[in-house]
Amino acid sequence: MSTLYPDSEALSPRERTVLNLYLVSTLMLFVLLMLFGLTMRLAQGAWIAIAPNIFYQIMTAHGTGMVGTVGLASSAVMWFFLRKYVRLSLPVFVANYAFFMLGAALLLGATFIGQYAGAWTFLYPLPVHSMGVWSVGAAAVFMLGYLLIGTGFLLFYLDAMRAVIRVYGNLGRALGLQWLFGGTIDRDHPGTVVASTMVIIVNSLGILGGAVVLVMSLVNAYAPDFVLNALFTKNLIYFFGHVFINSSIYMAVIGVYELLPRYTGRPWVISRPFLWAWAANTVLVLIVFPHHLLMDFAMPRWAMITGQIASHAEGLPVFAVIAYGALTNIYRSGLRWRMPPMLVVLAMFGWAAGIVPAIIDGTISVNRVMHNTLWVPGHFHFYLLLGVLPMLLAFMYHLIGERSDRADRDGDRLGFVAYILGGLTFVFMFLAGGHASEPRRYAVHFVEWRPYDRVASIGAGLVIAAMLLFAIRISRGLLKTPVTSHPSLS
Amino acid sequence: MTIQDEVWWITLAGIGGVALVFLYVISHATRPADATQVEVRAYAIRRWFFLALIAVGAAVTAATLAPFPIPNQHAPSKARQAVKVVGRQWFWQLSPGPIQVGVPVEFQVTSADVNHGFGIYDRSGRLLAQTQAMPGITNRLVYTFTQPGKYRVLCLEYCGLAHHGMSLEFDVIGTPEGQS
Repeated sequence: MSTLYPDSEALSPRERTVLNLYLVSTLMLFVLLMLFGLTMRLAQGAWIAIAPNIFYQIMTAHGTGMVGTVGLASSAVMWFFLRKYVRLSLPVFVANYAFFMLGAALLLGATFIGQYAGAWTFLYPLPVHSMGVWSVGAAAVFMLGYLLIGTGFLLFYLDAMRAVIRVYGNLGRALGLQWLFGGTIDRDHPGTVVASTMVIIVNSLGILGGAVVLVMSLVNAYAPDFVLNALFTKNLIYFFGHVFINSSIYMAVIGVYELLPRYTGRPWVISRPFLWAWAANTVLVLIVFPHHLLMDFAMPRWAMITGQIASHAEGLPVFAVIAYGALTNIYRSGLRWRMPPMLVVLAMFGWAAGIVPAIIDGTISVNRVMHNTLWVPGHFHFYLLLGVLPMLLAFMYHLIGERSDRADRDGDRLGFVAYILGGLTFVFMFLAGGHASEPRRYAVHFVEWRPYDRVASIGAGLVIAAMLLFAIRISRGLLKTPVTSHPSLS
Repeated sequence: MTIQDEVWWITLAGIGGVALVFLYVISHATRPADATQVEVRAYAIRRWFFLALIAVGAAVTAATLAPFPIPNQHAPSKARQAVKVVGRQWFWQLSPGPIQVGVPVEFQVTSADVNHGFGIYDRSGRLLAQTQAMPGITNRLVYTFTQPGKYRVLCLEYCGLAHHGMSLEFDVIGTPEGQS
């Protein structure tokens, strides 16, 4: 147990309370937001009836909420492991949570009370041009909610940046750039610091980009003479959105680097390919966003080409370094299958497999017939539902420790199987819908599309049942374990 | 085989390949072997894997970007037909006039209010081509219809309450290619 739960990860009672707050809140949010997703698929399959305005409100809450919640849960993973190497501020970590919850309350209020349904993308000028469906005030509250959430994350990253620079001198050294072209790599340099530094750099910039477009949109909402360029705002929005969700994935990957070697009993030390992968990721994540704008023909040609090439290149670090490294770590390791490594392997598969349809869609000639069809939610649900979420669940299962009750263990395994089967069914129905050219974000589906929606609903039901089981088990484990006997307080 | 079919099968093959690799590693996970030997062998294979990915990426880039799949937005169009398209919440306006089969047509697409997506569907419900309809910007989409008949426009960018109902049919006339 000492190897699984090193002393350096012990939590003080206050730290434990805050971490529990993060994890239990995000689990509850995940279940709630999944129910929103199921509701949409049931409505599209005509198994239930909801008015289009309600559908689009649910869609807005689901998209915004899921991205934010994945970000919040992933930041908890990064905080938990990074604090071993640098001194992070607990009050700032608490502030991130408080800003998030305050922002989330505004987002939900704007959506379900103010009836804002402009999607997470808030593409200019839809928020202020709803044809009377929602008010400018509701749109403004929604955008203020975003700003609050962004403020919390930015504080978290600035604190992490300060702490990393204090120990490693500068961000470049923390990223290991000094070893890219030669020199003896310090094998004790933590992969967690490398990954965290990459995220600190890209997501600080991403959030600042988001803040710029949000403030511009807010000014426009109350001073319509301040006209914005629709293409420029779209660029900023997708820059912010893409960087944020990518950063959330990479924060969650920190848990994989930290945990997998403990369960396989094999070290996973940094190497030159590892450092190159994270340096490349730092650049690629920042420049890949034009792949969201390949059907905006007014975009400069160089930007579109960059979008395509960067989309394809982004697969290299994932396939050849991260997923490959994980498989190498597992292969003939003598691993005993428990929930954390089972979830990590699922996560690696979901991530690697999910980027296959994503990379293909990043090709301009393919994007012409796949963009904004269900192919898109097909690929991002693949690597979020079957990739990132299992990474987060692996971290949480690790925290609550080995289950002694056999019934609990059997239940976990049953939930695991249900999650995989339901998840695969769910995402493949999206991909099949994209293959059949179904547009995304439709409240009402044609009759011929409904079979996909109905099968997807069954898959979603299985996923939610499993997630509910995981959420209850993990929450109970986190809340019940006395401070003195918790595995991570050795 | 349509491009959608090609994409579907390539995706299934790719995901299937990833799944097989994972299943192989999972099936060999519990029997321990020397870590150093495993790493040396795995990283030797990785060099070739990495080079293969680079080679495939370079080939795909060359094959899919030349000629560039989107018409030059700044050069005069060579299309002999032009249709003005305006997206509005929540309907489409197309300039009147017949569209001839087998002759390139340029759709000059813009929006009078918010972002829309101009997607052209054939009778079987297959998406043939698309571009974004944006306020203040005109995107020029060139497409050559190969069959006469009715086509449908659907909106492919979320634009508010009746996004899903933003549909319009138009006709393409003439003799099918190969029969003239």
